[in-house]
Amino acid sequence: MLKFLFTVIRRDVLLAGRRRGDWLTAQFFFVMVVSLFPLGVGPEPGMLRIIGPGVVWVAALLASLLSLERMFADDYRDGTLEHMLLSPYPNTLLTLGKAIAHWIINGIPLLLIAPLLGIQFNLPTEALRMLVLSLAIGTPILSLLGSIGAALTLGLRGGGALVTLLILPLYVPALIFGAGAVEGVLSGTGSEAHLSLLGAFLMVSLLLAPWVSAMALKVSVE
Amino acid sequence: MNWYHYASPSTFYPLAGKLVPWFAVLAFILTTVGLYISFFVAPTDFQQGEGYRIIFIHVPAAWMSMFIYVVMAFWSAIGLAWNTRLSFVMARALAPTGAMFTFVALWTGAFWGKPMWGAWWVWDARLTSELILLFLYVGVMALQAAIDDPRRADRAGALLNLVGVINVPIIYFSVTWWNTLHQGSSVSLARAPSMAQTMLWGMLVMALAAWMYTLAVALARARTLILDRERRTEWARAVLEVKA
Repeated sequence: MLKFLFTVIRRDVLLAGRRRGDWLTAQFFFVMVVSLFPLGVGPEPGMLRIIGPGVVWVAALLASLLSLERMFADDYRDGTLEHMLLSPYPNTLLTLGKAIAHWIINGIPLLLIAPLLGIQFNLPTEALRMLVLSLAIGTPILSLLGSIGAALTLGLRGGGALVTLLILPLYVPALIFGAGAVEGVLSGTGSEAHLSLLGAFLMVSLLLAPWVSAMALKVSVE
Repeated sequence: MNWYHYASPSTFYPLAGKLVPWFAVLAFILTTVGLYISFFVAPTDFQQGEGYRIIFIHVPAAWMSMFIYVVMAFWSAIGLAWNTRLSFVMARALAPTGAMFTFVALWTGAFWGKPMWGAWWVWDARLTSELILLFLYVGVMALQAAIDDPRRADRAGALLNLVGVINVPIIYFSVTWWNTLHQGSSVSLARAPSMAQTMLWGMLVMALAAWMYTLAVALARARTLILDRERRTEWARAVLEVKA
């Protein structure tokens, strides 16, 4: 069972490593979206510090959406996905593995870039630490919920735009708790409550999302 | 009476055809009575003046917007569990009406907010979660519209609907908390003022009217969906020939 899970993850990560272009697009998208905000609202350090956590988080949501479409699409196109679904292992392991791989490929780089972007927004060190921590708990949620959207829109015309419509409203709690944790540090009200709730949301998504996206995959493939 | 008898599209179609006019007439009568109470019987509010009368549309619309989403999720769950075609048809027929009521609730809310709060929109927890509910409706409808195969469209929409219904309480809770932390607006919708008896009656009658309207429209839409899907069966052809 675990071996199957690791195989799924290893395969996706390897494939992403061989095709770095696809993978880097989402990361640069993240950097650019964040960098556009000061140009739009003005370079005043006080204001940037206030909007910083929210901007980085929103950009993280968008960057995660950008790469969602490819989670199942390539395997679907060449028929690999059907074989994977036919394997004797539970399909939830497949979707869980795909979501974990998506997080490794797209989530972890975001964690590494985020502090740099936070510095641009004049965030103090403790807030930077909290930003990385909240993203570390929050980005797996994005990958897990995103796997549902990717499975539902598999092989559809305009699937990429559609998936944003379906999934963005579901991301709202992650955004509120994630950005709220960083803001709690900035305003001195503490961020433990936000982090706990974010963790609870992660646990719920971890339980339900692979199961739902496995059902969605079956609906889409049959 | 055997309810399962009407679970088949061919028997449900004529039943719905008989029910639609009744619900439509009831909706019309209740709306007339409700509007009469709202505009002529209910007293003017001493704080809010005449502007408060918007709530006679606003509150029933907001109730229906949330209720319809739950009903859709109920039909989706039944459809996924027992693979009944009619449940998916009902879930799909309800979606546009639910989205319409959500929009009406937001719109009338804005009209109410301008004179009362001095702003068309505030990021109040209820407003924000109602807006997200509208997004959820749009998502379900967009997904169903994007899939050509009705079987897949039904199931995909039902799954998304169920995920949404699990998420709605989480979203509502998170938005409430976000709102209280930010302390942006001092106004709160939560403090419901005690109302005059006639006001309450007006609102309840309007709510009933909204129910009847929903039933009539959803059943009429379900009939069209059924005919479209069953157009190759014999009974549907017979129906279509009679019409032509």
